Amino acid sequence: QWPYCRKRCSYCNFNKYVVPAVDEAAVRACLVREARTLLHLSQVQRWVLGEVSGWGGAGPFGTCPQPPHPLPYSVTSVFFGGGTPSLASPRTIAAVLEAVAGAAHLPAGAEVTLEANPGSAGTPRLAGFREAGVNRLSIGVQVRGALPRPVCRSPPCPPTATALPPQSLDDAELRLLGREHTAAEARGAVEAARGLFPGRTSIDLLFGLPGQSRDTWTQGLEAALGLCDDHVSLYQLTLERGTALAAQVWGGALPVPPQDLLADMYQTAHAVLVAAGFRHYEVSNFARKGALSTHNLSYWRAEQYIGVGPGAHGRFVPWGEGGRSREARVQTLEPDAWMREVQSRGHGTRKRVVLSPLEQLEEVLALGLRMDEGITHERWGQFSPHVSLEAVFGVPGEAKDLQEQGWLVLDGSGLRCSWEGLALLDSLLPDLLCQLQHR
Amino acid sequence: MALAGRTAAWWARLRSPCPAAAPLCLPPWLPAGPVACERLYSSRGKEKLDMLTYPVESIRNFSIIAHVDHGKSTLADRLLEITGTIAKTDRNKQVLDKLQVERERGITVKAQSASIFYNHEGVNYLLNLIDTPGHVDFSYEVSRSLSACQGVILVVDANEGIQAQTVANFYLAFEAQLAIIPVINKIDLKNADPERVEKQIEKLFDIPIDECVRISAKQGTNVEKVLQKVIEKIPPPQCNTADPLKALVFDSTFDHYRGVIANIALFGGEIEKGHKIVSAHTKKRYEVNEVGILTPNEQPTHKLYAGQVGYLIAGMKEVTEAQIGDTLFLYKQPVEPLPGFKSAKPMVFAGMYPVDQTEYNNLKSALERLTLNDSSVTVHRDSSLALGAGWRLGFLGLLHMEVFNQRLEQEYNMSVILTAPTVPYKAILSSAKLIKEYGKAEITIINPAQFPDKLSVSEYLEPTVLGTIVTPHEYIGKIIALCQDRRAVQKDMLYIDEHRVMLKYLFPLNEIVVDFYDALKSLSSGYASFDYEDAGYQAADLIKMDILLNGNPVEELSTIIHNDKAYATGKFLCERLKDAIPRQLFEIAIQAAIGKKIIARETLKAYRKNVVAKCYGGDITRRMKLLKRQAEGKKLMRKIGNVEVPRDAFIRVLKRQTDK
Repeated sequence: QWPYCRKRCSYCNFNKYVVPAVDEAAVRACLVREARTLLHLSQVQRWVLGEVSGWGGAGPFGTCPQPPHPLPYSVTSVFFGGGTPSLASPRTIAAVLEAVAGAAHLPAGAEVTLEANPGSAGTPRLAGFREAGVNRLSIGVQVRGALPRPVCRSPPCPPTATALPPQSLDDAELRLLGREHTAAEARGAVEAARGLFPGRTSIDLLFGLPGQSRDTWTQGLEAALGLCDDHVSLYQLTLERGTALAAQVWGGALPVPPQDLLADMYQTAHAVLVAAGFRHYEVSNFARKGALSTHNLSYWRAEQYIGVGPGAHGRFVPWGEGGRSREARVQTLEPDAWMREVQSRGHGTRKRVVLSPLEQLEEVLALGLRMDEGITHERWGQFSPHVSLEAVFGVPGEAKDLQEQGWLVLDGSGLRCSWEGLALLDSLLPDLLCQLQHR
Repeated sequence: MALAGRTAAWWARLRSPCPAAAPLCLPPWLPAGPVACERLYSSRGKEKLDMLTYPVESIRNFSIIAHVDHGKSTLADRLLEITGTIAKTDRNKQVLDKLQVERERGITVKAQSASIFYNHEGVNYLLNLIDTPGHVDFSYEVSRSLSACQGVILVVDANEGIQAQTVANFYLAFEAQLAIIPVINKIDLKNADPERVEKQIEKLFDIPIDECVRISAKQGTNVEKVLQKVIEKIPPPQCNTADPLKALVFDSTFDHYRGVIANIALFGGEIEKGHKIVSAHTKKRYEVNEVGILTPNEQPTHKLYAGQVGYLIAGMKEVTEAQIGDTLFLYKQPVEPLPGFKSAKPMVFAGMYPVDQTEYNNLKSALERLTLNDSSVTVHRDSSLALGAGWRLGFLGLLHMEVFNQRLEQEYNMSVILTAPTVPYKAILSSAKLIKEYGKAEITIINPAQFPDKLSVSEYLEPTVLGTIVTPHEYIGKIIALCQDRRAVQKDMLYIDEHRVMLKYLFPLNEIVVDFYDALKSLSSGYASFDYEDAGYQAADLIKMDILLNGNPVEELSTIIHNDKAYATGKFLCERLKDAIPRQLFEIAIQAAIGKKIIARETLKAYRKNVVAKCYGGDITRRMKLLKRQAEGKKLMRKIGNVEVPRDAFIRVLKRQTDK
């Protein structure tokens, strides 16, 4: 978790800090130290077996399915999120990866993703990150802010391109979102990224912006399609409390797009991307040629991950200190406080809550149903060895009704949403949670 | 309503000064001295007072009556203060309003009594003040309280002048032949115009201008003079301690530890602990445990004597045993019972059901306990297919219903489903089968579910009220239009001064029950006032209207309405429901129907997308909490067919702020 940004985007309510100068060496040392401590706690093995994980916000581990000895045996992915991690120097990224590889087994092919902001993603920089070990890039509107690098605070170059560029489709929209890059910069960044990370560059797009129409969205989508690689994330704008954009919308200064328009935009995106060969594998994520995000998949599959850095979240069993239950952990939010804690205790874990078996199943359900694969019988069995998916959701009740109405499917492979049901998941979940609680 | 033995004295003729005499005495718990020392109004341990020192001649029983907000409770506070009944502090605000809801809403709901000791020209008097509710819904309580009095203080706001309730209250007192002391309050206000108010009083009530007392209860101006008037103008009760005991129960409350506490007025004889008494109404026998006066908390005394007002505890377990209006007498010394009064007549009925049937027993006991203190609520067990087991409750009016509901929540922590309020309609049956079933041809319908079909009815009847409206004349046009829209018929129109008009209309009760008062207030900028009294039944073209959600009736919203109003009401309810029900997975048809005929329809479109876009990176703990709260909320949703409706949606629909 790199918590610093150059600027606040109007829609973002993440844990982020805009500071004039960052003592990067100190932050780096703390990230390395915390990663080591937490990896030790999680008891991810150091010897070879399979894939990987990491941190950066999170790092899922491949979990050995056999209950007698379920220690995670390798890190399957590492994700550098933010903040704006592309503002950190490649050296910091390299140091963290070295720490991970030193504390646990990090296979050579493990996915190492960096979230990058077009304003800090020129070719030389990106090459530096690749050198450091990054092998996947996620660029876009979603990636917050920009670099706190003390040097190089050059203003964004004036917009030159008239062609519709990626992520946020046009400069007016970028300004609305408080983004500091221009459409042309974004386009340049994606092209540079694809050159360095062919087949492993993902782009983010936002839709449902105040004032956005079906047509502008379709055009933006087409433009993005012309530019993108094999992974696209499409997020409907969520107005978060405490953001400038939400204040403007709720204050009546900006219009809210009507429900039906949002649904249409979502449907259009699905149709356009599927036609272009993408698999709609999660509510907001699309991939072709198998370029799914390993890291985020493990998150939705409720695998274990540790969170390193200010405000990072984790879910793992702290075997290293005798823990036997999955815990929800949150690191200290404020960077300076977090650093002091890491320096004195080796980690900045602020909160840890043991998740009950029911709570774990609730998370499995809420996250798993976001994917096209849903929740497999096997995965459910890992969390609920004695009560099967059929026993909970195959009996008469809300879930059965939802299946009959065509929102939900329970079959030989597991429980999942139909395409229509996926868009309405938030209406389905309360019913399903009710039914789960009654078991 | 006149009670046996009451002095037939009207204010105008009353000139007799108090028949002085009676040995001087102070409240016995006070040290000798002319002025009562400061004390809080808590009862003082078990010291007992000797009430023999207050013979009939030195007793005055009176009420304060007024339009709402004209300063009745403030005047009561001042009277208690200047007589030393309560300590004088800034905190004395609505001392007699003991219920939380009374203080919150600034209205008196329940009559309270306080005995005041006051020395005037060397004579110690016992003044019994019976505070009365100020809202039209509770006018029944007013008339009940008046039965224990010989006079009233009629308070009129010097700024607002005579209002509808002033008129209604005046006539209650006038018809009971009570002495009336007109008091013009709030003379300290900038816009006060006491002369104008005095002229109104003279014109409308035929009371000479010089009889009026101008005061400011808030500042205490001239309050002492009011006390003097009470002593001079109100006659003492006419009764004799030597007669056999004859006590009127004029109110009752329930105490969880001591059982029923009955407020009584003695019209003859005396009563003390150990006496065996009989209820004329139930013929049940009790032994008296305690008697006392209210100051305003209970203060035990050795005895109570003829003419005095106080309380009695006698092992009565239920408030129904202390029937209001009942006469108590000594065992084996029966007396002619006092005429008593009609029991409170519910004007509005609504179904009440537990949100969750497992709460049935808790709600039952809460209802039982609350009705112990509010016997004007009628309770019938009821059940419905949709809502399960519950009750049909009768209230004096909509405010009463709200207050009752609020007390259930505040005092018993219960939340409930309330159905649409309905008034008691009647039907004259023509079907022999139905007549046999009911055992009579005329039935009262308090539940729309029991509305008999037109085919088996020769005539439907609806209750009516005679409404009084007092308004500045500039609003007359709008008010007449409003009344006509409410199917009202004008009966009278009178200028009470150059600017103010009093209108009388005969209204169908259901037209005023929900929102008439609000509509009247809003179109007259708050200046018009309204009161009403029962005016019997009239024939009406009634129908039952159902509200359907995807074809399933919503029982809470079934209503009986006049045929002429069906379309407008149906359309209105459908529109409001559309806003009150959240979108769901499927389209919802919201319809109003009369029998099989659909008269209005709205469509609530299905949700198409609501899944949260982003779910990674951040912690999902917060999101899980939200989802679980929604799952909890589901359990509280009312399911009609497969449509889920938030529990408060119907109430929100019924509570219309303004007419569209």
